[in-house]
Amino acid sequence: MELLDTIGRNTVGTLAYIGGLARLTGRSAYYTVVGPFRGKPVRFGRAVHQAMAVGVEALPILSLITFFIGVILALQAAYELRKFGALHLIASGVAVSMTRELGPLMTAIVVIGRSGSAFAAEIGTMKVTEEIDALTTMAIDPTQFLVTPKFLAMMVMMPCLTTWADAMGVFGGALFGITSADFTFATYISTTISALLLRDIVTGLIKSVMFGIVITAVGCHEGFSTGAGAEQVGRSTTSAVVMSIFLVVVVDLLFTALFYFLER
Amino acid sequence: METKIPEVHAEDSNEAVISVRDLRVRYGEREILHGVTFEVPRGQTLVILGGSGSGKSTLLRTLVGLERPSAGEIWIKGQNISRITEGELDVIRKKMGLSFQGGALFGSMTVGENVALPLREHTKLEDSTIQIVMRLKLEQVGLAGFENYNPSQLSGGMKKRAAVARALSMDPEILFFDEPSAGLDPIIAAGIDNLILKLQKAFRMSIVVVTHELASAFLIADRMLLIDKGNIVAQGTKEEMQNSKLPRVRQFLDRIAEPEVEGEMDYLQMLTGEAPDRSL
Repeated sequence: MELLDTIGRNTVGTLAYIGGLARLTGRSAYYTVVGPFRGKPVRFGRAVHQAMAVGVEALPILSLITFFIGVILALQAAYELRKFGALHLIASGVAVSMTRELGPLMTAIVVIGRSGSAFAAEIGTMKVTEEIDALTTMAIDPTQFLVTPKFLAMMVMMPCLTTWADAMGVFGGALFGITSADFTFATYISTTISALLLRDIVTGLIKSVMFGIVITAVGCHEGFSTGAGAEQVGRSTTSAVVMSIFLVVVVDLLFTALFYFLER
Repeated sequence: METKIPEVHAEDSNEAVISVRDLRVRYGEREILHGVTFEVPRGQTLVILGGSGSGKSTLLRTLVGLERPSAGEIWIKGQNISRITEGELDVIRKKMGLSFQGGALFGSMTVGENVALPLREHTKLEDSTIQIVMRLKLEQVGLAGFENYNPSQLSGGMKKRAAVARALSMDPEILFFDEPSAGLDPIIAAGIDNLILKLQKAFRMSIVVVTHELASAFLIADRMLLIDKGNIVAQGTKEEMQNSKLPRVRQFLDRIAEPEVEGEMDYLQMLTGEAPDRSL
């Protein structure tokens, strides 16, 4: 009986959580698409400000991480490929893994750490200091004011960052290719370009947009559900990061499976 | 002690700007307010007194529409706000201003931007006009020249004043204060009291103040209301309040501590929720 009770409770809790995320996403989409026609303009200024924080300021660390990932991929691939004397396949291996999977995923991980947590902390702090209530009493919808610009910024910046990450990964692979396999920079790049299909890049970018939606929804939702007290902000921030990583992997799995069956 | 509430309907609300009837609020299973009835006459200041956990903050949050009542009616400007949609509530919210306990100024904006925010959101005024209104509001609360400061650079009293300026920016008809003098030194607190008096006298605003500071309450109030454990214990003018013989009122006004639990019977009474002094 107790087991059933626990299962029931957890199921309801999970569904409520997903419902909360969907509601937040839906309301933001409404304010982005329908709102402007109902006299509620989108705050482009705030969105640009967010885009700088989410995107441009993430470039140095993202570049470094994805460059290293590129090198690591090449090293790991070479470990197997050299047994078959097939080191020339490194370029295409790195290119496909980066664009289809690791580019979007690593970008998401970096953005979760930098921005998803920041969303939760910002909104959570505003909740604790009654700033969210202040917005409501001023007849300003907190979702429209705080969340919509973040969604806009994320949906634009995630594909941009992912494209950048793909390129940095390829350069990382090239470093290994040039130093330890018989590539020149030019042959490595031309091999990469001929190995890549447009759909490899596009599926990665579609995933990155989905990751952006998940990260924003979870970060903001965790922020809004912050309880009373400063220590709750820390709890929200932590669970925003953990939950975002988990859901990004789930979404990744869903879309990878979807693309796999669509492309057959 | 409960006064009879005259019937106030949609348009003839010249007397009472807020009229609350049998208001009940619950958080989940727990009922916080057990049927509260009172009204705020136009152009007067009502002070809601009560100890911690008495339900006075919940009452304030319900009056401004942050909490939805589980039963009862709240008539503000001829509309029962417990029955209307968020959109309709927003229309009424633009005519009310709330000064939060901690100020609740937006840390990411300057003081000036904080005050200007409601105008930018809800009016089509030109930026230069908004700047003028913003400076005027800051001047009204004695913060002229502070528009480019960040909220974090202000002292506690200045934050409260800035919050009042923001609450005033849309020229509200009703102003709410949550613990205006909490955490301030006596001189700064007296300054806030004077500000509230000035707003009421000079602008004929209807003001609702939630507080437990007695000195401040008797200075600014026209009418008072003592709330305890989710019920109104007493309400009336401040003279009526001062002369009240009700034990709970006397205990609060004369600052007498709760009697300590001594014997078994006291403990039983505490458990059954019947405090000894309330049976009188």
